[in-house]
Amino acid sequence: MSQFLFWVFALLMLIFGVAVVINRNPVASALSLVVSFLGLAGLFMSLDAYFIGIIQVLVYAGAVMVLFLFIIMLLDLRAEERRRISWLSLAGGCAVALALLVQIFYVIGHLKSAHQTFPPLTRATFDDVRSVGLLLFGNYNLPLQIIGVLVLVATIGVVFLSKRESR
Amino acid sequence: MVTLGDYLIVSGILFVIGFAGVMLRRNLIIILMSLELMLNAANLSLVAFSRFRVQPTGLPDYNVQVFVFFIITVAAAEVAVGLAIIVALYRARQTTDVNDIKSLRF
Repeated sequence: MSQFLFWVFALLMLIFGVAVVINRNPVASALSLVVSFLGLAGLFMSLDAYFIGIIQVLVYAGAVMVLFLFIIMLLDLRAEERRRISWLSLAGGCAVALALLVQIFYVIGHLKSAHQTFPPLTRATFDDVRSVGLLLFGNYNLPLQIIGVLVLVATIGVVFLSKRESR
Repeated sequence: MVTLGDYLIVSGILFVIGFAGVMLRRNLIIILMSLELMLNAANLSLVAFSRFRVQPTGLPDYNVQVFVFFIITVAAAEVAVGLAIIVALYRARQTTDVNDIKSLRF
């Protein structure tokens, strides 16, 4: 993985991540989120995690994004009208976020292994679906079934929540 | 060469962007999108560590990727439930702005 491609994908992801936060129009935010997640999928592939990258594109750029756009259009949300901005809360939020950023930089700067490059792989990872699948159905069989129950509960909850109450 | 720290810093910046979105935006749907950004930042650093910890077999640590798979599944379920709650809230109050939802505010 060349350094150039890493920075292209990273900048794509970060710039469109900022666009998600600063766009006033929810549809523009949702579409920026798609581009940001595509950049993230590129980064996953650069880390030889092809399965995770493909899942990222399928689940986020596909399913979750359609869900977001569907809800935005169902609720007929328009660009927010320009409210009176509370400068105090804006400054406070930015200050807390900046403090978090400084802390993250500090911790990563003091991490010894952060300055090492990635050790080379001795085998290709093109069959990582097989490796992940073997682990999922072998070692992690019980968690997989619990996740299945969780998705079922989420489905029932969504149906229950979106049912119109009859009075 | 790209180091582990580069990936961790990019992941940290993405997390802070999502955090700032949760702190600064007042639209519930944008807040949910920012939550997604934060979850994905955590996924990125997990996958970076997975690639960094090469196993004796010469492959990345796939236990971490299984964990990332679980996180993606839970995040998808969370988005579905969150959007259903937003729809129910919109039916009751005709708003998605957190400034207009004050019943539970201290």
